[in-house]
Amino acid sequence: MTTRREFLVLAAASFAAPTAAKAQLDPNLAAKRKAAYEEALGKVVGGAQVRTGRVKLQLPPLIDNGNSVPLSVAVESPMTAADHVKAIHVLTQRNPLPDVMSVHLGPRAGRAGISTRVRLADTQTVVAIAELSDGTFWSDSAEVVVTLSACLEEGLI
Amino acid sequence: MARAVVTLPAQAKRGEIIEIKTLVQHAMETGFRRTQTGELIPRDIIRRFTCTYNAIEVYRVDLHPAVAANPLIAFTTIATETGTLSFQWVGDNGYSVTEIAPIRVE
Amino acid sequence: MSIRAARLFLALSAARLFVEPAAAGEIPLPERRSGYEFMSRETRAMQDDDTGNPGTLWVLDGEALWKRKAGAADRACSDCHGDARESMKAVAARYPAFDPARGRPVNLEQRINACRVGGQKAQPLAYESKDLLALAAYVARQSRGLPIDITIDARTRPFLESGREAFFRRQGQLNLACAQCHDDHWSGKLAGSPITQAHPTGYPLYRLEWQGLGSIERRLRGCLAGLRAESYPYGAPELVDLELYLMWRANGMKMETPAVRP
Repeated sequence: MTTRREFLVLAAASFAAPTAAKAQLDPNLAAKRKAAYEEALGKVVGGAQVRTGRVKLQLPPLIDNGNSVPLSVAVESPMTAADHVKAIHVLTQRNPLPDVMSVHLGPRAGRAGISTRVRLADTQTVVAIAELSDGTFWSDSAEVVVTLSACLEEGLI
Repeated sequence: MARAVVTLPAQAKRGEIIEIKTLVQHAMETGFRRTQTGELIPRDIIRRFTCTYNAIEVYRVDLHPAVAANPLIAFTTIATETGTLSFQWVGDNGYSVTEIAPIRVE
Repeated sequence: MSIRAARLFLALSAARLFVEPAAAGEIPLPERRSGYEFMSRETRAMQDDDTGNPGTLWVLDGEALWKRKAGAADRACSDCHGDARESMKAVAARYPAFDPARGRPVNLEQRINACRVGGQKAQPLAYESKDLLALAAYVARQSRGLPIDITIDARTRPFLESGREAFFRRQGQLNLACAQCHDDHWSGKLAGSPITQAHPTGYPLYRLEWQGLGSIERRLRGCLAGLRAESYPYGAPELVDLELYLMWRANGMKMETPAVRP
């Protein structure tokens, strides 16, 4: 049987040390994930400006299951030695982690792009950033509605 | 056992852009799921996919847990010369799978 | 029950046995629609493209296992059955099928294990194990595009009836019968997801929710858990009877293994 003192200590401890269980109930979750996204975006572009355009990010607007969402990125570029896409980064704003993937490529790719399948935890905005050989950054974003989310639903059965 | 399926043309014209589709068997355990009794299942994912063409890297992807299980990666490369395309997936817990495919370029 | 009543009951039952009624709610063949038609365009594309369908990975594993010697008999499936593309053609489309040794229908996985034990003198493969799923996927792949063809005779009739009864029985804390959703409310929605007619045309299949390949029994156990009903262990007669009924109910529909489903 817990004494009143033990109970208070336990309660204080659980308040002070947020565990993963508490994170699932965190009322600031959306804000925290947005902040994580901003930080990840900062790591990708440094302080550089990100322009919209040249990048085409394709996702189905409404998906069957967040565990596997087809995603493709295509970037307009001549893909020559002088003018090509060096990297393509895909980020999400509401997944537990903002980074999805980074593609490293060059003129030998012929076309700058990727097609894959990703996990989405929530209805959210997905962002694709292209890093060009001249040091500029371009982006596109897409909104997706997710009713069956990845990462959080167990799929026990 | 089939770990990966790679699809690309067996031959191409020099300079032609060819499409390559790769599919690899991997659970891509995110590290966010829990067992029935509440323990976290540790992360176990493919971290990097690399395509080399006659030993030169032409395409590389860094993967995070948000990549779906049994990852599909489809991309393009220019058919520059006859030779071998090599595809490698490397990940946690010593995971490493390599598939090779020949290509004839005229 | 008096003798007279019992005779009447038997007569009525017998009449029902031979008439092969489409019981209340069973979907006529022209209206049968595969779960494929309820999916998004993208998920359908995933199924249609072998080079991108994750089920292909299991089918290829199954092909390798088919040729691998196993057990005390040191025999591969191919040693008896040759090229699966010929010998296994249309086989999965008629399973579950009656097994005289067991005196009841068995499903494909059980049939594979019967060969493992009897023919290869090997240990049976665990239900839902990677190897058993791979072999089942490989064998069922040889029926792709072919119509489901379950024939019912005097031996299998009681098991079909048992499966049918289970399909129409209310069960679980939610007190729902399979038929209520899958006969009466298909094309409606449950928590945002389409309710299908529940035809097992593509098993074993790659389910996005599982992020892996699984059997119809895994799906049925999931449905029962969803109803908060008593579930059954893998290989249980209740599950095989229900599978028999569901396959019979889908007669004429094309096999799609390995399908992809949300």
